Amino acid sequence: MRFKFSLSRWQFFAWVIGIVLITPLCFLLFESLQGDSEVFSHLWDTVLWDYTRNTLLLILGVGAVSCLIALPLGWLTAYCDFPGRRQFEWALMLPLAMPTYIIAYVYTDLFDYAGPVQITLRNWFDWQSPSDYWFFDIRTLPGAIMMIALVLYPYLYLIFKTALREQSFKLVQASQLMGLSPRQSFYKVSLPLARGAIVAGLALISMEAMADFATVNYFAVSTLTTAVYDTWLGYYSLTAAAKISAIMLLILFLALAMERYSRRNQAVFERQSGVNSETLYNLTGKSAWLATGFCCAVLFFAFALPVAVLIGYAVSYAEQAWNSAFFLYAWQSFKIAMIVSAITIVLSLFVVFYQRIAKQAYPLIPGRLASTGYALPGTVLAIAVLLPLSLFDDKLNTWLEPMGFSPGLLLSGTLFAIIFAYVVRFYAIAHGAVEASFMRISPSLDMASQSMGKSQGQTLRKVHIPLLRRGILTAALLVFIECMKELPAALLLRPFNFETLATHVFQYVSDEQLELASISALAIVVVGLVPLYFVNRSMEQRS
Amino acid sequence: MSSLVLENLSYQYNGTAVIEGLDLTVAKDEIVCLLGASGCGKTTTLKAIAGLITAQQGKVFIDAKLISDEQRFLAPEHRNIGMMFQDYALFPHLTVADNIAFGLTKMSKAQKQQRVNEMLELVHLVGCAERFPHQLSGGQQQRVAIARALAYNPSLLLLDEPFSNIDTQVRFELIADIRRIIKNQQVSAVFVTHSKEEAFAFADTLAIMDCGKIVQQGTPEQLFNTPNSKVVAEFLGQGIYLDAEALTATEYTTAFGRVESLLAQSHAKHVGQLYVRPHHLELMPLQPQSSPANTVTILNRRFVGSHFVYKVIIAGQEIDVAAQLGQSFLVNDDVTIRITPHTVNFFAE
Repeated sequence: MRFKFSLSRWQFFAWVIGIVLITPLCFLLFESLQGDSEVFSHLWDTVLWDYTRNTLLLILGVGAVSCLIALPLGWLTAYCDFPGRRQFEWALMLPLAMPTYIIAYVYTDLFDYAGPVQITLRNWFDWQSPSDYWFFDIRTLPGAIMMIALVLYPYLYLIFKTALREQSFKLVQASQLMGLSPRQSFYKVSLPLARGAIVAGLALISMEAMADFATVNYFAVSTLTTAVYDTWLGYYSLTAAAKISAIMLLILFLALAMERYSRRNQAVFERQSGVNSETLYNLTGKSAWLATGFCCAVLFFAFALPVAVLIGYAVSYAEQAWNSAFFLYAWQSFKIAMIVSAITIVLSLFVVFYQRIAKQAYPLIPGRLASTGYALPGTVLAIAVLLPLSLFDDKLNTWLEPMGFSPGLLLSGTLFAIIFAYVVRFYAIAHGAVEASFMRISPSLDMASQSMGKSQGQTLRKVHIPLLRRGILTAALLVFIECMKELPAALLLRPFNFETLATHVFQYVSDEQLELASISALAIVVVGLVPLYFVNRSMEQRS
Repeated sequence: MSSLVLENLSYQYNGTAVIEGLDLTVAKDEIVCLLGASGCGKTTTLKAIAGLITAQQGKVFIDAKLISDEQRFLAPEHRNIGMMFQDYALFPHLTVADNIAFGLTKMSKAQKQQRVNEMLELVHLVGCAERFPHQLSGGQQQRVAIARALAYNPSLLLLDEPFSNIDTQVRFELIADIRRIIKNQQVSAVFVTHSKEEAFAFADTLAIMDCGKIVQQGTPEQLFNTPNSKVVAEFLGQGIYLDAEALTATEYTTAFGRVESLLAQSHAKHVGQLYVRPHHLELMPLQPQSSPANTVTILNRRFVGSHFVYKVIIAGQEIDVAAQLGQSFLVNDDVTIRITPHTVNFFAE
């Protein structure tokens, strides 16, 4: 017999996990409200407005260019049949695997004064010096917008295409019977119905564009992200970094609010007739070639060309690139990614299991708290994590000093900081995947197990975990990949002399020597391809 | 000794009462059916007995032992209750044998093996031990579920609409089969359904539930013949209400003339309504002495194999009445209707 309403240990664990993972954000908000910092007021008086303007322009620009690329692609692949459509449908997602700084480097290399494009032009037209002709400079804000849009458009493409697929063809067919041309029915029927999806896709792209650090840093375009980075590494002012981060959080909040707002009518637009597997229009002749050509062009510039260039580097510089550094950094990245995957899986199992068995009020709150970190840009997250960890180290040192101990930066200066930050950031991925697999397990299995004398812990071990195995593996893999790719947080939090594959590649990008890290860069691209396989598979299962 | 006693059980969900002051007794080796419309609180009652939800009020006794009241609560895993679920809840990652052995504890491997074999024999599934649930038919899965629920000798077996996923053609065969197995194992059982046919075929006694309460408990015949309320009467079968007045203990007057009861009943009030089931109504060719009240028109007819069923309107209520053998009427025919003597259901106003 036990007494009713006792605090269950599952509830305790779940709330502890939720609170620990939300702590950095709380510290950040608290710190950003602290009194005036000299660095911040200096920035405020001088460059902060430019940085904010650049960030907003970057977001708007990336959104606009993504629309220009993704909306036609989504419509073509969802509604039209043309040569290669089936292959393009998944291939057009490939650019997601490409880190922006790699594509930025490749295009800079191609379009620079000393790059092959300008050399060829000079040879053709017999120009001698830069004063003889005008050529665009890619290392500018518009250049950064193009680079980032080239790798982020797939988010919008994917969401928009899915939304179109789920709309009933009958609506479009009805509009055509009422005399609308395909173009008119697109503007009057399909587009308004998919508006929610477009806004959701744009919100996602805005968040990612704002979080981008590597490209704008490499192009020397100052945004809020680079400001956070410089304030910390240049002035060592956590307060100022926290205040700039708060501005970013405000923009983030607006993006999330926009996404929420766009979904308020979702129930109305819910699909009625399942997913369409057939297409609506059969393109032939010139229009078919145009469609295929457009898809080819996007794919070429966003993926094929950069990969080809990387492979070219890797072949020409094989000896320098294929070195022990690659293996060392790959191993270090691998190690961290494994640890973080394992931790996030265990934590999410606790929290999701609590959600399932909870009889107390508000069972979803611990999970929500724990998942919040996913929305934070890497640089902001790094500052948020540093705040509590350095405070802890500070106190610990002051406390131990009189006793003759000096543990140093026990948490903030070691791998602990990176691992903690990654757990905060990627917990949401594990939570989502584990939760989805848990939902597929009938609740009566739990009751059956309990009625046969098994405790909740035994039920978790004997029934749930065996049934969740695939879901857990998928979740672990997704977290693993994100860890391998994550750059800004690693740049700010890595211990002295510690490199991951991503920081290693970025270092060489900054030093204009990506050739020497080309194998590492290719490795990151290949790792990034894996989740696309899962996205594609789940899309196929739905249709 | 009673196997299960519920006393004044109450459960609220989000402020709405789902079970309200429910009392129920299940005798040893008895199969009791909780019968009621969807949403009347049947499944919730079952979950409260199993401890899968915590009732806010009331006591639960199993084998005369108090297992839950306002202060105390025995966790479901310590109640020794067998439960069979609507979707069977077989563990998809375990074989039939492992499913059956899941609840067996404190047994050696050989003992477990032996128990599994006994259960497989009981449910006629010898040879299926190493199969997985998805390799079995619906009926076989159900038999595995019952074997699993009985394997560890539970004090009480709970069955939550176990037959709703079975084809109508084989349903009643299976009901008889499961009933045989439960009787063979001498275990008390509580069975939940909304289908009166299943309840009649499976249970020893019925407990009719309405709005979170038991309104009447008894054998199927008792409830059918002498329902204590309109809810019970209506739930167990179609009928019509006729305004009536009790003249004597066995005689009532209605617009159709006098109705005789085979059983003398006393009533506090003499004015009320009779509930008349179709099999107490007799259709005859129009009689010369038939009054307008006794004359009805055939609205339509339906052939059901051995005879026709006719739809007529009596006292403003539609009802399907079977004709006597050999009689046949056409649509729009006027016929005379008579109420045969029976044990009447009289509800005083």
